[in-house]
Amino acid sequence: MTPVLEISGLRKTYRSRKGARNALDGFDMVVEAGQVHGFLGPNGSGKTTTLRTLLGLIQPDGGHMTLLGREVPRHLPEVAGRVGAIVESPQFFGRFTAETTLSLLADAGGVDRGRVPEVLDLVGLRDRAKEKVKTYSLGMKQRLAVASALLKKPTLLILDEPANGLDPGGIREMRTLMRDLSASGMTVLLSSHILAEIQLICDSVTIISAGRRITAGSVAEVLARHDSGAVRVRLEPDTDQEEAARILREAGAQVTVETAGQLTVRDVTGPAQITRLLAQREIYLCELTPIAADLEDVFLELTGTTPVEGHHRQVDENALAASQDGWGR
Amino acid sequence: MSLVRAETRRLFRRRLTSVLLIGVVLVLAAFAAGTFASNQKATPAQVAAAKQEAMRQYQQAAADAGVQKLRCQAAAPGSAEAADFPPNCADIYTPRPSEFDYAWFLPETFDLRHEFPEMIALFALLMAAAAYLIGATFVGAEWHSGAMMNLLLWRPQRLVVLGTKLGVFLGWLAGATVLLGAAWAGTFRLIAEFRGDTGGMTSGVWQSFGLMGLRGLGLVLAAGAIGFALASLGRHTGMALGALIGLTAVQIGVYVLAGFSGLQFPEAYLVPLWGYVWLYQREVLEDWSCDGVTTGGGCMPETFTMTWQMAGVGSAVVLAVVVGAAMWAMRVRDVN
Ligand SMILES: Nc1ncnc2c1ncn2[C@@H]1O[C@H](COP(=O)(O)OP(=O)(O)OP(=O)(O)O)[C@@H](O)[C@H]1O
Ligand SMILES: [Mg+2]
Repeated sequence: MTPVLEISGLRKTYRSRKGARNALDGFDMVVEAGQVHGFLGPNGSGKTTTLRTLLGLIQPDGGHMTLLGREVPRHLPEVAGRVGAIVESPQFFGRFTAETTLSLLADAGGVDRGRVPEVLDLVGLRDRAKEKVKTYSLGMKQRLAVASALLKKPTLLILDEPANGLDPGGIREMRTLMRDLSASGMTVLLSSHILAEIQLICDSVTIISAGRRITAGSVAEVLARHDSGAVRVRLEPDTDQEEAARILREAGAQVTVETAGQLTVRDVTGPAQITRLLAQREIYLCELTPIAADLEDVFLELTGTTPVEGHHRQVDENALAASQDGWGR
Repeated sequence: MSLVRAETRRLFRRRLTSVLLIGVVLVLAAFAAGTFASNQKATPAQVAAAKQEAMRQYQQAAADAGVQKLRCQAAAPGSAEAADFPPNCADIYTPRPSEFDYAWFLPETFDLRHEFPEMIALFALLMAAAAYLIGATFVGAEWHSGAMMNLLLWRPQRLVVLGTKLGVFLGWLAGATVLLGAAWAGTFRLIAEFRGDTGGMTSGVWQSFGLMGLRGLGLVLAAGAIGFALASLGRHTGMALGALIGLTAVQIGVYVLAGFSGLQFPEAYLVPLWGYVWLYQREVLEDWSCDGVTTGGGCMPETFTMTWQMAGVGSAVVLAVVVGAAMWAMRVRDVN
């Protein structure tokens, strides 16, 4: 497969009177054709900055980017017609109707205006198309934004938090829409904080934290790679669970005693070893389940953003923050 | 071409564009109607009566002067009475018939040849103000609402986008100004026909009106371009309006500083004066400080004649700097 989007070593420093902030610090990303690719990261990790840079809205301070095989920003005008994008709840001129807004964009981009009703229907705005955008609700504006991105029948669709403000039905519709688009051959790059959603619809993901890629790959790969290998063990009733724990610890495992008759075991060579060790001492199990990590666990672990009780985590606190300062580096 | 079409549609879809244009037309119409109502055509009888009145007043004044001269000559030198008169009785002022213009005694009548230049200036100023506002909101609202960012996602060529917007706006502005200007001239030609005087309207006079009109068009386009460029620089319509206030302050500062630092004609640094000179072709600035240049106790001021060419060059530099800055900022800035 050929990548439709490649970023390597991307750097962006925002400068202001207060100092400089490294929003992107050598970021890499690859999106293969035909995929739905999830782009994840905590608040302020650089997702929007990456997408803006890719789309020519801001100038990078270093790095290399290609879109659809062409180097950008240099050749962006050549590929812009095939890249549909929304960047962080886009705003529109409020006094125009949805229809006018889209038909103006269609004119500007040389796309057939006849497609406008089609995309408005697709995002569920058909009956409100003749109303001014400023009268729209948050979710309706978001739908309009998605419609604008779809208007040019893109080969690559870049969506920055498209589910922002959508109702549950809308989110599910968006999921279906994305599946359909992907099935029709479109590549979708999707940034979102709704990890369950990402896990459901994405083929692969990139996780960013503090402006650097911390992991990437297919969803299954990422989950497997960060599988804790923990196993939940339930013992037969009336078994001495302290004894069982001791046996496993002696074999080098990390054991947490949970509720009655239940242990969580880490760092063992495999479930088979647990059964063997315990059976030798005539302790028998009635249940043995590997604890599967989900994307959220992996995300929290990798980005170091797991909530800690009694601590209010600040936005720039994350896995990489220990080695970095914020403003004024 | 598609961008040109899109921008044209956008310009005319904006309600403010139509509101301002209609507003300008209404003000102009009201002004023309007022001129029409307050003037009337002088009938031959009125002209004859006015001439008679002028002659009568002249004769009255001449007679009065004659009486004074006689009294002067009769007064014994050195007497108290003689002190009321100049030493030489011939110095007593004698009126001349040309000093009594019969036009004073006619009802208000519209003299196309002499009054139309003022009308051109009025038209140009009104259009320039509207152009400034339309230009500023056309791009200002676009930036502020985020619509510009969306547009850039479709057309990443930034200079092309901003340049097309400006070009489309100026093109339509020029069209509208020429059309309205022609209607304005036609209206006053008719007003002069029915409520005034079309005397002395040689082709040379029409030509000079035409040239003044062209300079007026230049003023309108420049105002539009500057409003547009300032709003684009500040990414907000309000920026153009704020800049206007700021510029006024700077102008006053420059004027005061120029005066302090002993520059001879501080008024020459006032941009509004350039606009005036640009329209009326020349203005003579006077320096009344009279450093030693006195003739017979009177003060002959030094003068400086500012021509429309000078004003034009000055304004062109300002225009180029502002529009250039807007384009440069468009090219390099981060769009958030
Ligand atoms: N215009 C700007 N000027 C200065 N700093 C900025 C600017 N835009 C973003 N940043 C900083 O850059 C960093 C990355 O921001 P970015 O918007 O890319 O985050 P994000 O990953 O999209 O976050 P979120 O999930 O909240 O949308 C943040 O620390 C942010 O404060
Ligand atoms: Mg963001």
